[in-house]
Amino acid sequence: MSAEHRDRRKERLDRGIKVRTDGVYAISSWKEITYLLAPRVLLIGGLLLAPLILSPFPYWQRVISIIAIYALLAIGFDFLANFVGLVSLGGGFYIGVGAYIAALLNSELGLPPMWTIPAATFFGAGICTALFLPCLPLRGVYFAIVSLMYPLLAARLIEAFDLFGGTDGILGVSGFSSPWTERYLLITSVLVAAFALRRLINAADVGLVFRGVKDNDQAVRASGINITTYKALGVFIASALGCLGGACLSHIYMWAGLSQFALDFSIIPIAATVVGGGGTLIGPVLGCLILVPISEVLRDFGTLRIAVYAIILTGFIVFKSEGIMLYATRKYQQFERWVEI
Amino acid sequence: MEIIIYGIVNSVTLALMALGFTLVYGVSRLPNFAHGALYVVTGYFTWLLMNRVGMPYIVSMVLALVLTGIIGAAIYQLVLIRIRGMPISEIIASYAIGLAILEGLRWGGLKGGTFTLPPFVEGATMLLGVSVDYQRLIVVGLGAALLAVLWLFVNGTRLGLALKGMAQDERAAMTLGIDSDRMAVAAMALGSVLAGAAALVLFPLGSIVVEAGYHVLIMAVAVCIVGGLGSWNGAILAAFLIGFAQILTVKYLGTHFQVVVALLAIIITLIVRPSGLFGRQKELEERV
Repeated sequence: MSAEHRDRRKERLDRGIKVRTDGVYAISSWKEITYLLAPRVLLIGGLLLAPLILSPFPYWQRVISIIAIYALLAIGFDFLANFVGLVSLGGGFYIGVGAYIAALLNSELGLPPMWTIPAATFFGAGICTALFLPCLPLRGVYFAIVSLMYPLLAARLIEAFDLFGGTDGILGVSGFSSPWTERYLLITSVLVAAFALRRLINAADVGLVFRGVKDNDQAVRASGINITTYKALGVFIASALGCLGGACLSHIYMWAGLSQFALDFSIIPIAATVVGGGGTLIGPVLGCLILVPISEVLRDFGTLRIAVYAIILTGFIVFKSEGIMLYATRKYQQFERWVEI
Repeated sequence: MEIIIYGIVNSVTLALMALGFTLVYGVSRLPNFAHGALYVVTGYFTWLLMNRVGMPYIVSMVLALVLTGIIGAAIYQLVLIRIRGMPISEIIASYAIGLAILEGLRWGGLKGGTFTLPPFVEGATMLLGVSVDYQRLIVVGLGAALLAVLWLFVNGTRLGLALKGMAQDERAAMTLGIDSDRMAVAAMALGSVLAGAAALVLFPLGSIVVEAGYHVLIMAVAVCIVGGLGSWNGAILAAFLIGFAQILTVKYLGTHFQVVVALLAIIITLIVRPSGLFGRQKELEERV
C-alpha cells in the first residue's frame, strides 16, 4: 500500500435510485421501472433471443445448448454449496445418470424424448438422492471428496461389469424432433431453474430452513427439524437439474457413454460458479456464458482448454472470490468515493 | 507366496504415493489436490533433463526433485496462502492448479511417443519361487528407507520437530515462536519432494503418462482417508490394507476392479467412520 492511500478509505453508498426502487416508489416513474427491470430483461431477453440471432451459425447454436446444460449443473452446484452447505464436486455423476436413463428408455422401450427427458429427470434425481443418502451426514471436505469419487466409481463400474454397452456406450439414441425444441427447452429450463430457486430461497419457508442448515445445522436440529430430509431435498433438486441436462445431452449427441461421467462436467460448473459469483444463482449462468464459449474457441488446442479454465478458476478464487455477479451488482447499485480518515 | 510378495510391493507403492499428501495435510490441514501433478512433473523434468539437456541420470533426478520442491513451495506461497482456512476453496484451487499442470503437460509436453525412465538396475531375480524384477525390490527398499529417514527427520531435527508441533497444535506452536506460514511452505516443499521421490522410483516400472497424475491422486486420497487424514501410522496401515485388497481383486476378479477397490474403500470409510482408522479429528467436526 502506498503512502497516499494510507489515510483515506473507500466509502460505498447506495445510489438514490436503488433506495427508491427498493420500496413502493419503484413504480413512481419509468426511470425507476427501467432501472429495476433492465438487468433482468437483458438476461432473459438475451438468452431467449440468442438462438434466433445466431441462426446463421449452426455451430454456435449448438454451443448455446451446451452452455445451458452447464448452466443447469452450475445452478445446482451453487444452490447446494451456498444454500444447503453441501459442496458437491460430482456434477458428472448427475449428467451421466440422466444421460444413461434417457438413452436406455429411448433405445430399449422406444419412448420419444418428450417422455424420456421428464422421466430421466425425476428417476435420475431419485437414484442420485438415494445413492448420496448415506453420505449426507458428512460435512465440508469429506462430502466434497465423496462426491468427487462417485462419477469416477460409476464410470469404472460400468467399464468393469461391461454394463449398458460398456466402453462403447449406448448408440442410436433418437435426436430431438427439431433443433428449436432442443434449444428452447434448455434455455427455458435454465431461466425457470434460476428464478424459481431464487424465489424458493428468498420467499418460501423451506428456503429459510435450507439457509439454516447451511449456517448452523445444530440450531435447525434443535428446532425439531430433520436436517437430513432437507439435505436430501436439496440434493434431489440439484441432481434433477443435472439429470435434465444429462438427458438432453444424450438426445443432442444421440449417444450415452462413459465420457458423460467425465471431469468436464464436474469442473466447469464449479469454475462458472466461482467466476460468476456464488450464492446468486444468476452468477453461475453468467459464468457459463463466459467460460463455455472460451472453451469452445480453444477446442482446437485440445486439452489446453482445461488448463486455461483451471487457471481462470484459480485466478478468480484467489483474487476476485466475490465473482462477476456481486461485483456488477455493487457497481450498479452503489457509488464509491474516497474519504479522508 | 506371489500374493504376499506382490502385495507388499503394491502396498509400499501406495504408501510412497500417499506420503507427501499426508505430510502436507498433517502439518497445515491443507488437502493438496495438486499432488498428482507434482508427481508427474518430477518424472517429466527428469526425462527432459536426461534426454534434452543430456545430464547424467542421477544429476537430473536431483535437479528435478529440487525444481518440484520449488514449484510446490511457489504454489503455496503465491496461491494457497491467500485462501488458507477456507477448506473448499483450498480443494478447488489446488485441484485446479493440478489440472492446469497436468492438462498443460498433455498439450505441450507429454505427447507423441512414449516417455520412459530407465530402471536403476536391470533384470529380475527369483525370490521364494516368485520372479521379481530388481526395480520392484528397490521400490520396497527405498520406500522403507524413505520412511525411516522421514521418521528421523521429524523426530530428530529442529525443522522436523517444528513441523510436528504444527501438526499437533498450530496455536501452541505459534506461541513457541514457530512461524506457521513458513512451516506450511516447508511442508509443501517437502511434500512435493516426496511426491517426486515416489515418481522417480515408480516411473521406471512403466512409462510417464498424464493419467498417472490422476491415479496417484486417487490412491493418495484413498490411503489418507482410510487411514485417517493426517495420521502417519494410519496411512501406512491403510496402504497395506488397500494394497493387499487390490492384489487379491486383481487375482480373483480382474484388473478392471483395481481402482474400484480404492474408490469403494474411500466411500465406505467416509460413510462408516469419516475420521478413518487412526483419525484424530473429532467426530462432531466432520459429521452431524
